[in-house]
Amino acid sequence: MHKESDIRLPLILGDKSYKDITDDIIRPIEAKAPKLWYLLFTISIIIALWGIGCIVYLLGTGVGVWGLNKTVGWAWDITNFVWWVGIGHAGTLISAVLLLFRQKWRFAINRAAEAMTIFAVFMAGLFPLIHMGRLWLGYWVFPLPNQFGSLWVNFNSPLLWDVFAISTYLSVSLVFWYIGLIPDFATIRDRVTKPIFKKAYRILSFGWTGDAKAWNRFEQVSLVLAGLATPLVFSVHSIVSFDFATSVIPGWHTTIFPPYFVSGAVFSGFAMVQTLMLILRKAYKLEAYLHVKHIEYMNIVIIVTGSIVGVAYITELFVSWYSGVEYESYAFLNRATGPYWWSYWAMMTCNVISPQLFWFKKLRTSLMFSFFMSIIINIGMWFERFVIIVTSLHRDYVPSSWTYFHPTWVDIGVYMGTLGIFFVFYLLFSRYFPVLPIAELKTILKSSGKNYKEGYGKGKGYWDKHSAH
Amino acid sequence: MADKVIFAMYDDDDKLMDGAKHLVANKVKVSDVYSPMPLHGIDAIIGVEHTRLAITAFLYGLTGTMLAIIGIRYMMIIDWPMNIGGKPNFSLRENMLSFVPIFFEFTVLCAAHGMAITYLIRNKTLPGMPPRNPDPRTTDDKFIMEIKTSENSHVAEKDLSKLIKDTGYIEIEEKNIL
Repeated sequence: MHKESDIRLPLILGDKSYKDITDDIIRPIEAKAPKLWYLLFTISIIIALWGIGCIVYLLGTGVGVWGLNKTVGWAWDITNFVWWVGIGHAGTLISAVLLLFRQKWRFAINRAAEAMTIFAVFMAGLFPLIHMGRLWLGYWVFPLPNQFGSLWVNFNSPLLWDVFAISTYLSVSLVFWYIGLIPDFATIRDRVTKPIFKKAYRILSFGWTGDAKAWNRFEQVSLVLAGLATPLVFSVHSIVSFDFATSVIPGWHTTIFPPYFVSGAVFSGFAMVQTLMLILRKAYKLEAYLHVKHIEYMNIVIIVTGSIVGVAYITELFVSWYSGVEYESYAFLNRATGPYWWSYWAMMTCNVISPQLFWFKKLRTSLMFSFFMSIIINIGMWFERFVIIVTSLHRDYVPSSWTYFHPTWVDIGVYMGTLGIFFVFYLLFSRYFPVLPIAELKTILKSSGKNYKEGYGKGKGYWDKHSAH
Repeated sequence: MADKVIFAMYDDDDKLMDGAKHLVANKVKVSDVYSPMPLHGIDAIIGVEHTRLAITAFLYGLTGTMLAIIGIRYMMIIDWPMNIGGKPNFSLRENMLSFVPIFFEFTVLCAAHGMAITYLIRNKTLPGMPPRNPDPRTTDDKFIMEIKTSENSHVAEKDLSKLIKDTGYIEIEEKNIL
């Protein structure tokens, strides 16, 4: 059995048994949803419908209804795309990288974070599709035999790499998530009494038995998928950054983009996990499984990745000056002092300065402050993408083409709409799916459960002596 | 003597592990164990061989790489060479660098999905399959050891039931195999 020091704060608080873990996590599924859930669900549905309406209007009328113009040809759409992809990174990172590093605290957040990943990548994928203008021709991005003189997609293009990266990432994350869910669906299947639920979970659980060989395979599959997903996570956001890094536009011409985008993605992903999980733990009374220590670990990741992002911003500024290229230097000076100075400084404040507050233990162990900061970081990371995209474009080479981007109500509507759709999915997930990995939490109960650490009233270390495995 | 399957149920994983060790030490073959979570170390005790899924993942990955190389070579070099800035478009090797991201992505795609599908098939877990665990409580907090008398013909029936009794189960169920 995995041993853990007694002085380390237990990962599962309270006097929990295996049964309690099952009960605590399945209770919200069996019970009637609270009023708050219906309220949030209604709000999300309304926003989602509004967003879908905006998308339909956009498709019917054309991309011209966005605030794009000749100079700023990419704006909120790609900003939102990169923002959502970034958020979609923490889930697989938590499950894959933390699994490889044997970080047991991930069990408190991995299931919900993976769900967040999948829904966020859905939302991200929507933007390039609707930006094409003709949604129904979206399949043209794949290399399919065709009648256009057998014209193939361009495998040299980072935009095509993106297609492959995002679709691989989405499908692999989905498989990773679902394979972890199967045993937990089986737990629900063997427990619920309502016939319709019983039937539904019976289908979802694929007839899972939980025999020794199945678990052996389960662990192997999880490990190998984690091993595959880890380079995948890094590759996907590197490739997203190539959309900009390989271009010749000043401001989109920096080799620092891949590592900087990856750490930015982890940074924003963890922030979004905190936003969602801090609400979920309260609503579903999961305080025993997700407590201050988990939040502190996440905040430490946030300081590290936030600092990497900060260093990257400063390096960019330095290199633009050091390169001696006038256009490059101007592009970066213009970001900080030009007409978009407010977005640059919003980004700097939210992403570089404010996470440094987490160096104070009091702040990084405060749940309220963490929640507040997670929102700030989400906003900051949206501005980061906005700064990279819009401020690099709005000053063209010819001053007569200089312009300023104003979002229209459709821009705003589509963005808000994706938030609505995301929350519709997420609320449904939290209502019908086990939000914590039941089976995996049981594996850490004896090594990291508070009651076991304290030896069930028999003094500390009792369990170490009396557990043979 | 009709063949029987004995299901001994435990309320703790350590008790089951100790029990399994005790039985195996006395030459009883434990055919399977059902548990609500992975039990580390049980495979070695009851003699479940380590899965070879990782090897299949490697093979699927290799297939993916090959497919990607063949596909991209056909599309970009043979069928429709694109002239991009006058770069040589007749050679896979010289264009390889910009194809690497998709080689990689496609490798991961094939390895992950191939392994996942194999896993589901080998585990007999597919949509619509009926649950096959002997007791619904094994997905909650109970642990079951499955012992088949047909595999333990070398142990006298009396000895077998005594050995199983020693393991401290909380419930026992016997089923006749027809």
